[in-house]
Amino acid sequence: MANYTLTINGKQKTVEADPDTPMLWVLRDALDLKGTKYGCGIGQCGACTIHMNDNAVRSCQIPVSAIGESAITTIEGLSEKGDHPVQVAWKKHDVPQCGYCQAGQIMNAAALLKRNPNPSTDEIADATHGNICRCGTYNKIKAAVADAAAQ
Amino acid sequence: MTLIKTKVDRRSFLKTSALAGGGLMIGFAWGCSPAETVRPPASEWFDINAFLTIADNGEITIMSPNPEIGQNVKTSMPMIVAEELDASWEDVIVKQAPLDTKNYQRQVAGGSQSIRQGWQSLRMAGATARHLMVLTAAKEWGVDAASLKTENGYVVNGSEKRSYGELASKAAGIEVPAEVPLKDPKDFKIIGKSKKNVDLDEIVTGKPLFGIDYQKEGMVYAAVLRPQAFGTRLKTLDDTEARKVNGVIDVVRFTDHTSDADKARGEKVAVIATNTWAAIKGQRALKVTWEDSQHRESTPEHIAKLDAALKKADGKSERRNDGNINKAFAEADGVFEKSYEAPFLPHNTLEPMNFFADVTDEKVELMGPIQTPQWSLGTIAQLLGRDESEISIGMTRMGGGFGRRLYGDFVVEAAAISNKIRKPVKLQYTREDDMTAGIYRPSSKYRFKAAYKNGKVTGYHLTGAGIRMGGTTREHWFPAGGIENYRVDSHNIDSNITTGAWRAPVTNFLAVAEQSFFDELAEEMGIDAIQLRLDILEQAKSNPFGEPLDYEPEKMIGVIKLAADKGNWGKAPNGVSKGFSSYYSHNTYVAEVVDVVTENGQPRVSNITVAVDCGIVVNPDAAINQVQGGAVDGIGHAMYGDFGFENGTPQANNFDKFRLIRSKEAPSVDVHFVESLNSPTGLGEPSLPPAGGALANAIAAATGRRIYKIPFAKQDLAMG
Repeated sequence: MANYTLTINGKQKTVEADPDTPMLWVLRDALDLKGTKYGCGIGQCGACTIHMNDNAVRSCQIPVSAIGESAITTIEGLSEKGDHPVQVAWKKHDVPQCGYCQAGQIMNAAALLKRNPNPSTDEIADATHGNICRCGTYNKIKAAVADAAAQ
Repeated sequence: MTLIKTKVDRRSFLKTSALAGGGLMIGFAWGCSPAETVRPPASEWFDINAFLTIADNGEITIMSPNPEIGQNVKTSMPMIVAEELDASWEDVIVKQAPLDTKNYQRQVAGGSQSIRQGWQSLRMAGATARHLMVLTAAKEWGVDAASLKTENGYVVNGSEKRSYGELASKAAGIEVPAEVPLKDPKDFKIIGKSKKNVDLDEIVTGKPLFGIDYQKEGMVYAAVLRPQAFGTRLKTLDDTEARKVNGVIDVVRFTDHTSDADKARGEKVAVIATNTWAAIKGQRALKVTWEDSQHRESTPEHIAKLDAALKKADGKSERRNDGNINKAFAEADGVFEKSYEAPFLPHNTLEPMNFFADVTDEKVELMGPIQTPQWSLGTIAQLLGRDESEISIGMTRMGGGFGRRLYGDFVVEAAAISNKIRKPVKLQYTREDDMTAGIYRPSSKYRFKAAYKNGKVTGYHLTGAGIRMGGTTREHWFPAGGIENYRVDSHNIDSNITTGAWRAPVTNFLAVAEQSFFDELAEEMGIDAIQLRLDILEQAKSNPFGEPLDYEPEKMIGVIKLAADKGNWGKAPNGVSKGFSSYYSHNTYVAEVVDVVTENGQPRVSNITVAVDCGIVVNPDAAINQVQGGAVDGIGHAMYGDFGFENGTPQANNFDKFRLIRSKEAPSVDVHFVESLNSPTGLGEPSLPPAGGALANAIAAATGRRIYKIPFAKQDLAMG
């Protein structure tokens, strides 16, 4: 076990964890940030997507020991009032069915728009391809990303 | 003919609702929507009935009785109550009700039946409360109740009005009337207008809503090691390394047998830890050996058994037999026969199975994602030897169901573990556990044989066979009644691989096979694929052969014509190939046109047009979402669904080996509802069954090749 001081949603947090503990479980169990979800544990589904220095990453694949001074943003820290353009678009389109994948979808979409503010339809489909929605809300996900880009 | 029979005993319902008096309702507070209103905070709440509470400030709390798995009932069921109450939707706060067998009926998420079977009781709950408000106001004003109106949470008397909040405290003493009027559906103001998911704000900001998020003071975490192959059980356990993992508290062996079949799977091993990751690491560090307890089955053996069964038809397998099929086949212009095959499928809810249990001497507290809480109640009472009154079950929002959470095996495990360690515990499955622990869509095969003469189908014989599937057919649905000589046989093959309902049980593949067969049969007969279906349906409608007929041909004709029109059937532009399918399930009629284009020499689904007759559409945007999701799910599992066994071992255990449909592969889906004032029917499942058949037919139109086996993506789909 070791102590790690992490920058999470703009605040310094110190946690004690084994070095190999995936950030996913540090966030969920040690820091009580439950918005980041466990889906597969092998980086295949995207439910655990967070931002590491503004890039979308799979938190199940990044051990706490690899974070260092990187700034971590989770769904809880994407905006103060749930009004990030992607969250607003998600609400406008009432995207979720079960809702379980949606925090990961939103974090993924927010990183896409930061990198590419005006993605084409094909670029949206490509960029959302790594995040599984088992309910199949892909029509609404793609529409909401396009809408957020247009704002 | 109508299929819709209400099972609600109105008298007994009213008796139940009449029991409610004043006072604070003890609701289920965890994971509720916080009210974002500017009104003063409520100081008193009044129980009106089991479904709703009205506060003195006008806030209306509506309990949503059924489990929420993404089918939107937590929004749409309260909408029905609010409609008859004549409440303003903005005043409504929705809470998830716990299991309460005294006050609610059928707290199940299954069969797409929540809205259909809850329709009458939800309306009655709202209407009764509305009427109480009217009677209360009439008494206060000294006027005839019949002269009063209600709107947006007020009782109105000409220019005067009283809010429900003002009236609620006085309503408690008013006797519940024996009969209350229900609205004419034409006057609905909330039903039929899209309302956002009541958990939307919490979902998009990552608030804890799901079973995996639930926690309680002093809670420990458990990961369980189960037999890795069906037909094996635990032989030896070495937990030395597991116990060395930081955070691991204990390793315990436990049994959770609720049937003789469970006993063959022996003991399970739970690793108890202070956090989820330690529990998972501990589970992976266990050193175990297994021994055979039963025959270990493999996929080729299953297919051989299915093939053998399809050759048999006897009195035992017969499900329906109209006319004389042998005579029809003997006298036909042509006889056409094809067989279709589907593998097992895991459900793969994105939230892996989990449950919270806290077993103490005084009580058993259970909380988590479960589609059938009542089943768990009875089973756990039996397993632990406890009285049902000592057990409480709360329901969290669920990260998907698809049928998997109809089975409470994981609830039983959590209870058994907590009972053993006497601590509050959260059982968490890994994805690998989730995909390999059992409960699959059964593998099945269907053989269709049709006789035709003078451009008409004169004989039809369907034989179905499934592995541990129970019934494999829907013999009283299409094309029953439309073909004079008609026989259906069904075979069930026993297995030690656990199976269960998977979104649209039986029909999730039966429809694919049937609708593929009719398409190819139409081609063989030289008739348009839609016209062949319409000819059979016209016969079933005007002069049906045999009985019963458990579907309404006229409604099927309606959606077929709507889909053909909206999907531009017969008018495919260059480069687009179209496939058609129609299917009735869960009391709902659906027809779909799938458009396929070519990309890199392979077919790609570009669009699906869906026509749906589900009666009244309660929450339109959410209903579109359900239909789109079901169609995408149907396409995805037809294309990629692949799951087999080797010596009892599942051949996929995570998403690197099991392919689910993703964004780029998901087509756009246009949804068209038949306008209707009929009571609502199912919507969570019905758009799934037709999708695979329409896809197979579109691929055949594009490539000239028919597909007889799922997954389609593993067949030769190269464009000619």
